[in-house]
Amino acid sequence: METGHADHGTLKSYLTGFALAVVLTVAAFFVVMHPAMPRTAIIAVILALAVVQILVHLTYFLHMSLRRDNRWNLLSLVFTVLILALIVGGSLWIMHNMITTLMASPSVMPHG
Amino acid sequence: MSVDLPGQYSLIAPRPVAHGHHDGSAADGDALFGFWIYIMTDCVLFACLFATFAVLRHNVADGPTGRDIFDLPYVITETFCLLISSVTYGFASLALYRNASRQVLSWLAVTFLFGFVFITMEVTEFHHLVTVGFGPARSAFLSGFFTLVGTHGLHVTLGLVWMAVMMVQVARGGLGGSARRRLSNLGVFWHFLDIVWICVFTIVYLMGTV
Repeated sequence: METGHADHGTLKSYLTGFALAVVLTVAAFFVVMHPAMPRTAIIAVILALAVVQILVHLTYFLHMSLRRDNRWNLLSLVFTVLILALIVGGSLWIMHNMITTLMASPSVMPHG
Repeated sequence: MSVDLPGQYSLIAPRPVAHGHHDGSAADGDALFGFWIYIMTDCVLFACLFATFAVLRHNVADGPTGRDIFDLPYVITETFCLLISSVTYGFASLALYRNASRQVLSWLAVTFLFGFVFITMEVTEFHHLVTVGFGPARSAFLSGFFTLVGTHGLHVTLGLVWMAVMMVQVARGGLGGSARRRLSNLGVFWHFLDIVWICVFTIVYLMGTV
């Protein structure tokens, strides 16, 4: 296993990751600073760029892979992503419903 | 503990195998996996802060919105400092793998420098906001902003303290003993903080400006 790949990265893998991260970061800032699309489209694009950049960092900097000896790290990561989706998605869903319901009631007018 | 699940822990660091080359052990593999679990719990902490920020981001209480206070060229500079520091830590990891302690030290110093510039820029931004009256008490949006970005900044600061400690350890004792395991863990921590920053600049700064 000491063949010089995957486990600890190589100079090439770090530089590849860096180049990809630079392109993705610059693209995300560019579409916001020079808006040429509807707002929702811009948000969709920057969120997609962020997801791709996270995958780039996980692959090239943290050396995540589908290899067998990475199984426990990957399983715990997948489980964590599930928890994150529940926390963030659930909070946004519930609070959005609450705000919409409160706004519909004439006696309560929350800020914002 | 380590005998039950042979060879399944090893992605991050020099792999703890038996045949020489470095002095890792099965216990190091367990420690790395344990640290990885800590990182996963830290993800949950940040997820709670991101959820809080996302819920509160429109509640500006007639104060400033993100568009009023965010300076994107400044943020992209911060972003590149942290990104470059992540890569230079990678170079330190490669030097660690080659057992080149002087190169490890040099790359740690470079990483520390870029991390320090990042945190200095963040503190400057916070100081500016508080000075002009847009502190965390101004609105729910700013409370969420300072808590989320400040927690990331606190992590980076503690990472810098850890890095300074490791530079002293490597300078005095080389890469023997616990240095290898600690440097591997610090690397995971440092790369993880850069991933959190991707979420921060996308969700807080970019979505707050668009």
